[in-house]
Amino acid sequence: MTDQKLNGSQILLKALVDQGVDVVFGYPGGAVLPIYDELFKQNAIRHVLVRQEGGAVHAAEGYARSTGKVGVVLVTSGPGATNSVTGLTDALMDSIPVVCLTGQVPTHLIGNDAFQECDTTGITRSCTKHNYLVKDPNDLARVVHEAFHVARSGRPGPVVVDLPKDVSMGMGTYSPRASVRKMSYRPRLRGDSAMIEKAVDIMARAKRPIFYCGGGVINSGPAASKRLGELVHATGFPCTLTLMGLGAFPASDRQFVGMLGMHGTYEANLAMYHCDVLINIGARFDDRITGKIAEFCPKATKIHVDIDSSSINKSVFVDIGIVGDAANVLKEMLAHWQLKRRHLERKALAKWWTQIDKWRARDCLRYRQDSKVIKPQYAIQRLYELTKDRDDVYITTEVGQHQMWAAQFFRFEKPNHWMTSGGLGTMGYGLPAAIGAQVAHPKALVIDIAGESSIMMNIQEMSTAAQHRLPVKVFIINNEYMGMVRQWQELLHGGRYSESYMDSLPDFVRLAESFHAVGLRATRPDEVDDVIKEMIAIDRPVIADIRVDKKENCFPMIPSGAAHYDMLLGPGDEAENKISEDGMVLV
Amino acid sequence: MAQPSETTNKHTISVLVDNEAGVLARVVGLFSGRGYNIESLTVAEIDAKKSLSRINIVTSGTPMIIEQIKAQLTRLVPIHKVRDLTLDGARVERELALIKVRGRGNRRVESLRIADIFRASVLDSTNESFVFEIVGSAEKVDAFVKLMESLGLSDVSRTGVVAISRGEETM
Repeated sequence: MTDQKLNGSQILLKALVDQGVDVVFGYPGGAVLPIYDELFKQNAIRHVLVRQEGGAVHAAEGYARSTGKVGVVLVTSGPGATNSVTGLTDALMDSIPVVCLTGQVPTHLIGNDAFQECDTTGITRSCTKHNYLVKDPNDLARVVHEAFHVARSGRPGPVVVDLPKDVSMGMGTYSPRASVRKMSYRPRLRGDSAMIEKAVDIMARAKRPIFYCGGGVINSGPAASKRLGELVHATGFPCTLTLMGLGAFPASDRQFVGMLGMHGTYEANLAMYHCDVLINIGARFDDRITGKIAEFCPKATKIHVDIDSSSINKSVFVDIGIVGDAANVLKEMLAHWQLKRRHLERKALAKWWTQIDKWRARDCLRYRQDSKVIKPQYAIQRLYELTKDRDDVYITTEVGQHQMWAAQFFRFEKPNHWMTSGGLGTMGYGLPAAIGAQVAHPKALVIDIAGESSIMMNIQEMSTAAQHRLPVKVFIINNEYMGMVRQWQELLHGGRYSESYMDSLPDFVRLAESFHAVGLRATRPDEVDDVIKEMIAIDRPVIADIRVDKKENCFPMIPSGAAHYDMLLGPGDEAENKISEDGMVLV
Repeated sequence: MAQPSETTNKHTISVLVDNEAGVLARVVGLFSGRGYNIESLTVAEIDAKKSLSRINIVTSGTPMIIEQIKAQLTRLVPIHKVRDLTLDGARVERELALIKVRGRGNRRVESLRIADIFRASVLDSTNESFVFEIVGSAEKVDAFVKLMESLGLSDVSRTGVVAISRGEETM
């Protein structure tokens, strides 16, 4: 049986089915026509036709992040491949498992500047975890299996498989999944036990500890989030999460002190500054988190658990680095903790919590409610309040102020329900990502919390939602500005709003209608609830245009290059803080 | 609360890789993309059966940067092993250089005399030029090149450093 000859496209689809793939996001073109022909003849794999290849990769990311499975993309050569580059970079920065199959001109034309040729493996080398150019149909199955293994294991990431047309048309034999192993690739999954024990020793003696956790916990799977919850509860320590980590620990838990970083909470950032032991699980000391490195957790003994050894000691020097999968390391930490807990510094910990509660009392997310103008925070808060009793709500975002407000005001209790472009900060991510999440969860309520500028970057995907009957909701926080750009111009560039006003915006209600969706609008605070309820009730794609305060800024904010204690806390506090020259060159 | 050292040191790193298309580009791209230094780089297949190549890289950086370089290399999928020969004990390093010197009369005689001292051999000669071959540490090659500068040095071709650990241990 295994010696049976198949054409390359049949081999490819067989390999995808073997890998458990049931949906592919893609766009056809000359170099992938043989593959599309085979897709046409089968029913095992569903194809979701996007409107631009960039949308396909983000959709695959949304699918992957909401399921924990690998997202799959199929695009043609040349422009198909280059359009997917932003999505691949996004997936690399946020460690999202994606396999992107790109068509390529026939092998004998490679290097000839043929029509729709580009050096796909060259272009994507630095924006993928790994990439392949397949030159023989007999290698194809092995490469595809390997690509999935590389994409999903270790620190997940995007993998490109470049498929010349003569390979997808030529005959070859299939090799099953089990027979594939890449000798040079062996991610380390189990942490060093001695180091883990040492880390727990340090934790047990801590007087002002804090857990700082990120997307690595979510990538590690639901077991990691569960164990993190157990460890945080067993220790009684406070826990803060990064933008990528939201949902890894329940937002409603008393021990959760909110998100940290540039737009994190007052209590989280001050707890970071003053802590004596920092326990980082699956976060990477991103510059949006650390602020000024020299003043980052200056008094803390630092413990860092990461599956990627290159994350350890990259920007912040740590005392204990543990390379391993979060779920495994957390399990071992829990076991050790049971033995050490009697040494706990209970008095000091109680004092620490008293301090944290004082910071909390500052109520840093407070905003001025208004009876005439919709505050963006209010809109998102109401969206949360009116959906929090459902457990099938998936939120994606675009990038900017609305993204930060969503992170602050939408509260996540479980992993895999929050999808946002964290590392790359890709405007246009949210709508295709919502489409991907909706494909994976057809009955769920999937909402893209968007800005009016970001949504324009991939608005064409509304058409995808309509075609595939994906009832995604686009909740536009419309302030007619690239809000975050305007906020920085206000704070750093003397209020000169250079090119940040979004002129000539479409009428989003009529735009929705032209895309076979429903358009809704709220212009006054008392309309917000009705629009949200109506949006949820409609079993079709909806664009809700929420006209919010044009001048509202996102606080708290740690200006770039400042330390954690240097937070701007909204109107009234602004004048006291100035951003240094050094800070201005940082983005 | 440990503090990293800020001293910059030179390190020789050996990397065992699958000899496949693009692997050198991955390594070089890593260095250029992340702003690391490459002082020298050599690459050649060392095991045709297993299709393995060895890359030797001489780079410099603070201990934190060197650790980062090694971790980033380890992360590349076709890389089997990364060894820091500078940290791993005694090693032997060699570089080969071909050096062309043009001159007449005394300068020509002097260049030949110095070549003899350095145990460089003459691979090619005309009435007005020599091509010397010299093998040794990078420092020895540097010294030889420097001496030739005033004697008509006209062309230099160097291999870059190849290195291996001393003793029985293998990579």
